[in-house]
Amino acid sequence: MNIEASKESAAMVVTVTGRLDAVTFSGYEQKINALIAEGETKFVIDLEKLEYISSAGLRALLATAKRIKAKSGQILLANISGPVKEVFDLSGFGTIFQLYDSVESALEIVAG
Amino acid sequence: MISLMTTITCSAQIENLAKIEQFVDECAERFRLDAKKTFGLHVAVEEIFVNICNYAYPDEAGLVSILSGIEDNALVLEISDNGIPFNILLLPEPDTSLGIEERNVGGLGGYLIRKLTDDVSYRREEGKNILKLVMLPVS
Repeated sequence: MNIEASKESAAMVVTVTGRLDAVTFSGYEQKINALIAEGETKFVIDLEKLEYISSAGLRALLATAKRIKAKSGQILLANISGPVKEVFDLSGFGTIFQLYDSVESALEIVAG
Repeated sequence: MISLMTTITCSAQIENLAKIEQFVDECAERFRLDAKKTFGLHVAVEEIFVNICNYAYPDEAGLVSILSGIEDNALVLEISDNGIPFNILLLPEPDTSLGIEERNVGGLGGYLIRKLTDDVSYRREEGKNILKLVMLPVS
């Protein structure tokens, strides 16, 4: 997994590439936690290049979302498709997260 | 009878996940499983493997084995360990209708295993936990 963060005016855009599994999930959590510690509260997670997710990855997304919500922040997910989307829907994550079909549309929502 | 068998055995440590995933890829490729089912098989095997790594051997190091083969035209994987008796399929299902605040962080593994395979069963045999996954060919 590779994770990159870039600061846009409305939110931090975090791009996750590769696999979110039992080995890599902690890297994702650490990155988001570090950004929260720096004072960031608004996040758009770009999952276009996420090839694989298991329950460990889903748990990490949920755990960080809870932390962001606790800070009255926002977390929006963008570009989920294919089998990753299917696992999302099976798990009920398709309804607990706000899903957008592009980073731009998610940023517009955050900007209000 | 399971035919055309291949096996892999490694220590029950999360670091071996990549090895396990490679084995699953080889099984899926040999069976010409389609991409969607291959994805589901990867998730199911990871959930089982991770569960064994975390819980099967509380006091000592232990092994995980996967036997793969063909049975009644289906791809079959049997994942076994010699650890404490445990059936992941008996864990309660998560409530998938709850929102972020209410939703519990755990409980998804067994649920995904059931949803992403065509059949799954547990048996305890000769001191082993054995989970059998069945993936039917796409008709």
